[in-house]
Amino acid sequence: MTTAILLASAGCFLVKLLGYSLPGAWLRNRRVQAVAELLPPGLLATLILTGTFATGGGLAVDARAAGLAAAVAAQLARAPFIVVVVAGAAVTAAVRALG
Amino acid sequence: MIAAARFGSWERRVLRDALVVGLVTGAYGVSFGAVAVAAGLAVWQTSALSLFMFTGASQFAFAAEVAAGGSLGSAAATAVLLGSRNAFYGVRLAPLIAPRGWRRVAAAQVTLDESAAMSFGEREPDAARLAFWATGISVFVFWNLATLAGALSSQLVADPRDLGLDAAGPAAFVALLAPRLRAGRPRLAACVCGAVALSVFAFVPAGVPVLLAAVAAVALGLARSRPGTKGGVA
Repeated sequence: MTTAILLASAGCFLVKLLGYSLPGAWLRNRRVQAVAELLPPGLLATLILTGTFATGGGLAVDARAAGLAAAVAAQLARAPFIVVVVAGAAVTAAVRALG
Repeated sequence: MIAAARFGSWERRVLRDALVVGLVTGAYGVSFGAVAVAAGLAVWQTSALSLFMFTGASQFAFAAEVAAGGSLGSAAATAVLLGSRNAFYGVRLAPLIAPRGWRRVAAAQVTLDESAAMSFGEREPDAARLAFWATGISVFVFWNLATLAGALSSQLVADPRDLGLDAAGPAAFVALLAPRLRAGRPRLAACVCGAVALSVFAFVPAGVPVLLAAVAAVALGLARSRPGTKGGVA
């Protein structure tokens, strides 16, 4: 785990440093920019779905789905970041306590 | 005359804004600390992520992948891929900051959404430079203090699931994703990648769906960047 943390941290640092080191034209390349524009939303959407519906062996709809619905509702209401996070956690906890 | 009378006021304004952004961002740090400990990381490992990785979405993703039982390799790869946007901030900041030696290392480490955004928001080069450094350092300090506070308080909870902390990660990703969905192509990428991950989920080990989603995002980016169109212009 510690090795993975250090390797991932080194990777994230090198990516930051890359911006200061590579010729600007390389990162202004059309294809590179197109990929860079789509990676974060693609990965974030995936992490939302797997984090909400993944169980040890497959997919399931449980209390976390209610938490996700609450987080989406809070985000649609333009709530601040911390409110969105707390809404997701609190509703999940409440549904679990009731179930 | 006005310039002389106002000397020093823009520095105060930039520093005050940097402090506010640091404090507000620190609030995310509390949730990261709590989520990471709930995912099974030790308090010091959680703090190490905030000190060394220091880029929020990547840190949340690393913890989420660990919690999902994914391999550590895929957790690290996901974190680095999500951090790739920081390279593009560096490209725009490099001519302005022009850091050398240890300052180059420091500038790279505090290059993230907040410091880049505050710097890009300034018109004068001096103000843009100060906004970058002040915001970067302010966020670094508060993010790390908040991470430790969140990690320590999460440790006091017997089962983090009782507080719904396993759902805090996806909720954080909702908040990080929402501002990126205004344009059509990112929205399409979110749908395609999500569909790819869910459809392969039952057949591959944990962590692999996220990497396949990354492959889908790259393919989509290459396919959509036709000659004659300019990428990155929404």
